[in-house]
Amino acid sequence: MGLFLLRRLGVMLLTALCLTFIVFFLTNLYPNLEKLAKTQGNFRMSEAAVSSWLGNRGYTRPTVVKYGEWLGVVPGYVIEGSDGETRARCAPKGVEVADAPRFCGVLQGDWGFSTRAKEAAGDVMWRGLGLTGFLMMWALIITVPVALTIGVLAGMREGSKTDRTLSTFSIITSATPEYVSGVVLIAIFASSAVGLKWLKGSATSAMNDATFENFLLPVITIALFSIGYIARMTRASMTEVMTAQYIRTARLKGVSFKNIVMKHALRNALIAPFTVIILQIPYLLTGVVITETLFNYKGFGWLLVQSAGNNDIDVLLGVSVISVIIVLVTQLISDIGYVYLNPRIRIS
Amino acid sequence: MEPLSWLEIIGRILYQFLPVWFAMIAVFAVSIIYKRKLGLYGRIFDSTVGMIGFALVIFWVFTAFFAGAFDLVATHDPISQVSGMKNKVPGTALRNPDGDLYPYYLLGGDTLARDVFSQMIYGSAIVLAIAPLATLFGYVVGITLGLPAGYFGGRLDTILSFLANLILAFPVILLFYLLVTPEIVATGIPSYMAAVFFVFPLVFLVVFLNARYHVMPHVRTPMLAIVLFLGLWLYFSTISEAGRGTYVDFWPGALDLFNIPGGVLVVFVSVVFVNSPTIFRIMRGLTLDVKTRDYVSAAQTRGETSWYIMLWEILPNVRGPLIVDFCLRIGYATILLGTLGFFGLGLPPESPDWGTTINTGRKLLSVYLHPALTPAFALLSLVLGLNLLADGLREESLKD
Repeated sequence: MGLFLLRRLGVMLLTALCLTFIVFFLTNLYPNLEKLAKTQGNFRMSEAAVSSWLGNRGYTRPTVVKYGEWLGVVPGYVIEGSDGETRARCAPKGVEVADAPRFCGVLQGDWGFSTRAKEAAGDVMWRGLGLTGFLMMWALIITVPVALTIGVLAGMREGSKTDRTLSTFSIITSATPEYVSGVVLIAIFASSAVGLKWLKGSATSAMNDATFENFLLPVITIALFSIGYIARMTRASMTEVMTAQYIRTARLKGVSFKNIVMKHALRNALIAPFTVIILQIPYLLTGVVITETLFNYKGFGWLLVQSAGNNDIDVLLGVSVISVIIVLVTQLISDIGYVYLNPRIRIS
Repeated sequence: MEPLSWLEIIGRILYQFLPVWFAMIAVFAVSIIYKRKLGLYGRIFDSTVGMIGFALVIFWVFTAFFAGAFDLVATHDPISQVSGMKNKVPGTALRNPDGDLYPYYLLGGDTLARDVFSQMIYGSAIVLAIAPLATLFGYVVGITLGLPAGYFGGRLDTILSFLANLILAFPVILLFYLLVTPEIVATGIPSYMAAVFFVFPLVFLVVFLNARYHVMPHVRTPMLAIVLFLGLWLYFSTISEAGRGTYVDFWPGALDLFNIPGGVLVVFVSVVFVNSPTIFRIMRGLTLDVKTRDYVSAAQTRGETSWYIMLWEILPNVRGPLIVDFCLRIGYATILLGTLGFFGLGLPPESPDWGTTINTGRKLLSVYLHPALTPAFALLSLVLGLNLLADGLREESLKD
């Protein structure tokens, strides 16, 4: 088990390194840097002005060196610019170049500087992550019980009317991407033209003060897609369990149907959905990006879109590091949890 | 003129779809009559779910076909604007009807005074041209890499699996933003990726045929020559954009059969890129499962080559799960296309595809519903149809 964990951690680290390097490489391609220079400087910069702007800020050096700096294994640059000013990577505005530390990278806990928000990238990210965590938490609080209930109810009597109704519901929701369900929900509940006007179509105010009115729609939008998916998995696993030998034995012994479902079937039927729920979290991330954009909720997903659109390199790298960690950690948890839930499986 | 009532709107829309109805009736009639002779396809018509799904799918396929090839079904041009029709509700009559134009906007006008109904129809042509083809390419890439990874195992498997997991660890939207923005397109990376991806079908076909016919050189040699000649010609026509000064531009313009619009190529490549690792994993898993079967051992004992065993023994025997997954994955590709459009990536902003029109329509969603809801329901019905079809196919193939 220890060796397995160690190997997984090693692969995780390697994946994270490769991935951030790819993001680093793509964001540091010259056209992207040119765009960055023009949005930070001014839009009518000449070619020469752009290249000196980039050169003064250390952008034109080899990608590997810059990546090392970002990581914190190569000393940060100190460049005397063509405009006479000396700039250092580790010296933000107001700090003397001489006082700056030699290394400042992710390993030192410095996530860089957000060129869009004009503050430390770390601060921007943690704020977004907190907001998104809150949204995800509510989405999961709604998703998991609803999906499991639907799945179990549908799966316990295969082919019944309840099964068909609930299966139709779950297949429709799992075929609806967030940008469709969000649009439909806004149209029904929030539109000022013909809708019910019960809720708000924007969740911007929910960032400070989340209420039922401004927060329910984004949560439902994220939850709906996962509900359908998890419910279908639960149903499949439940129908499989219900046809197992030991359930038949219990029936022949005269155990009531309620007890069969609650005491005999449920525990075994919930093993497979557990993995699905955990692995659903990275997919929730994609849904979160769409939902946050649609409802203008300035969390992690919104940050991803904004930093990618503005080539905010440091934030984009931080965002990808965190998403990779989320993906890999959830995979690890699902593997380990599966072993604990299902004693028949052993990690070799 | 008076605006139309809802009943009239529905009637006129149904009338516009007339060629689609005829085509669907014909397909259903023929299929149901001969369903016992049609194998798995015929068995769709034994399950209600499968039939509903199939009906939804071929509804959009025929709509896309008639709109894209014959300009039928739609009432207006998807990008032409008619004055006075901005944000008008469904059924509004044109202000100055003249002889050529259809006198109504059946599902209203959008914020740029274009016909929402026609946009949806032409959007289907774009979606149904890209999504299935991109899925198919993803399949070819995934199969060509997944089969040897599962069959040979070892270091090849380790490396390929690591790469696949690497791509899968990317959040899809980050990947899109990194690949599809105009700055990255300007560096030519998507063009190079296209050059890599498009070579896979050719390699696949050549290996596929060679594995079977290499014992009969008199058949194999001319066949491969023809395939290679046509394949390479198509390949270079696809990847090169003669005279546009892009990165892959060395193929003489006279031999260039067609050019794919830049935006479409980028979108296509990114959908293939996102899909192929998952297909690789599915294919690898299936191969690992099947390679211990007796018929594989029998072929090995006969002395067949590895590629023959992979492509002519293993692949045909795992077609069931692959076909089911193919349906689901077209739906997923449709969702991905919509996501790209929703973020305004790739396709030009005036493109009538569903994602882009949802994106345009959502900005005024609190006031005008129809421009966003129409493509949203179109997309929903197509994806739902594909999911139902996959469910029906799975059910029927499990009955054996």
